[in-house]
Amino acid sequence: MEYLVELFLIAVGAALINNFVLTYFVGICPFIGVSRRVDMAFGMGCAVTFVMAIAATLSWVFTYYILRPDAPLATAVYHAFGGEGSSDLSILNYLVYIFLIASSVQLVEMYVRKFFPSLYKSFGVFLPLITTNCAILFSCLYILKMIVGAETPEQMWDLGQSLTLAVFAGVGFTIAIVIMAGIREELDLCDVPKPLRGAGITLLTAAILAMAFMSFAGVTKNLDALFKVDPAAAATSDAKSDANATPPTSAPTKVSTTQGVN
Amino acid sequence: MAEEAKNNEPSAPVLHVAPGPHLQDVNLTTRRMMLDVLIGLAPVIVAATIFFRQYAWLQFGVCVGTCCLSEAICSAIRRKPIPLPDLSAVVTGLILALSLPWNSPIYVSVIGSAVAIVLGKVIFGGLGQNIFNPAMVGRAFVMLSFAAAIGAPAYVLHTGENPANPIMDVVSGATPMTALKESGGVTPLLALLLGNTYGSLGETSALACLLGGMYLCIRRTASWEIPAGVILAAVVISSAIEGYLAATQGGGLLNFIGNGGHWGVLSEVLGGALLFGAFFIATDPVTSPLTPKGKFIFGLGVGIFIMFIRKLSVYPEGVMFAVLLMNSVTPLINRWTVPKPLGTK
Repeated sequence: MEYLVELFLIAVGAALINNFVLTYFVGICPFIGVSRRVDMAFGMGCAVTFVMAIAATLSWVFTYYILRPDAPLATAVYHAFGGEGSSDLSILNYLVYIFLIASSVQLVEMYVRKFFPSLYKSFGVFLPLITTNCAILFSCLYILKMIVGAETPEQMWDLGQSLTLAVFAGVGFTIAIVIMAGIREELDLCDVPKPLRGAGITLLTAAILAMAFMSFAGVTKNLDALFKVDPAAAATSDAKSDANATPPTSAPTKVSTTQGVN
Repeated sequence: MAEEAKNNEPSAPVLHVAPGPHLQDVNLTTRRMMLDVLIGLAPVIVAATIFFRQYAWLQFGVCVGTCCLSEAICSAIRRKPIPLPDLSAVVTGLILALSLPWNSPIYVSVIGSAVAIVLGKVIFGGLGQNIFNPAMVGRAFVMLSFAAAIGAPAYVLHTGENPANPIMDVVSGATPMTALKESGGVTPLLALLLGNTYGSLGETSALACLLGGMYLCIRRTASWEIPAGVILAAVVISSAIEGYLAATQGGGLLNFIGNGGHWGVLSEVLGGALLFGAFFIATDPVTSPLTPKGKFIFGLGVGIFIMFIRKLSVYPEGVMFAVLLMNSVTPLINRWTVPKPLGTK
């Protein structure tokens, strides 16, 4: 149950609150390049989600078993060749991730070309360009951070958490790019000043969207408090007065009032 | 509503803000509509004048003046006729001013107004083509850029009667507003209704917002579906929260309404900028969906986001962000709520 809650928090965080495009500003090039029509944007979103899921799965496996300091597989090999202590291959991180992403993109490209030729045509150069889509590398590095940066081995992200992050980051990307495509279809009818047409107005619209998404600042922390305080409060529910003193719903509002902006 | 429509003088017919086709009517102009909004805003302006005195008018003057000036300059640069007579820049300026605190520094108001017109409207091609509500773009810009000047830290929290109950939507700067503070004996709920409390210029008085909003809805300059959706969503969500609280720690019906020291459902609706936003900001016909169904969905979305931001974000109030977020999905709502022509399957 606690694990499910954690997955839920990761999912909400990746899809909405810390939207990759509108909060971290990664994956901007397909966001600008393929957001001209809604159906195309949706296809791009699905492709990115798929690539992200595959790349995240592979990168979790590689990071956990081979790349991270103390990785079991790499250490075993290292020992087999007569080394001592533990291995640390984190110098290879970027190289391996790029390789993983490129191969998953290749897979998607073959699939799309075979089964959705029209979509393949409309993607044009942007499908192979997913390889260099920083959103995907960002998700791999995020997972790396959650594995290497964990304070205790129990806190290291497992495959389920990594996959949840990747899939819902992809969903968040899809949401952002579809919203953008809807706006851009409308903008086609607008009398936008000539110098701003195309990428200019798209970036400016994205900026306003990003301002709107800043409203989610602090939601992760408050959700955390809301859901993770709950079991503790339930445990101490024998002393009901205690639970009354700190009702879970009022906890986040108090945080918000004392913190204010920033 | 029907009687009201009949009683209107012929020179000011009831407006139907709806997608085309329209019967031609020379009286249905942007100017007439904006004039309607100004009339609707009158109670709010009166309330702001009563509670904030000359400071309110300073903000009105600065914001309206800057909006009109930026509109004129931009039109001149684009070599287009200057559209000031349609009053849309005046409305934008007024709504922006009403959403700022009375002590917002002049330069902040000027920058906010300029951003509202230039980034919120002109770059999209001017009136009728903007995606986002211009006033809210301007306010979001200054609120994020000058957080210390007009954001939450600038507001001193006013805890009302009961210090244990933070009424976080009712905020103010350190003020010489003794006239406002004289509301000491009034219960928070009544204060929220009347407006003798702290907050942005236009949002303090729920009664004034309701009066002006009713006028707009009856005139159909604003579609009633949007405020209905906003208020419904807010009531349902805050009732659910109250229900949860009542189930876990007890509490009577009074807690639901929100009297005395408790911030209940009614306080949630009357407090903050919810009503002002629901009636005057979210109903902007340019940036809201076209069909009644779409408008209702839009209103629900705004209400849900308002409650979401109020309860979970670091920001005490979320009307502005909620409107911007829903503005961004308006094209998609339009796309998904295309009405079926009669007789088709």
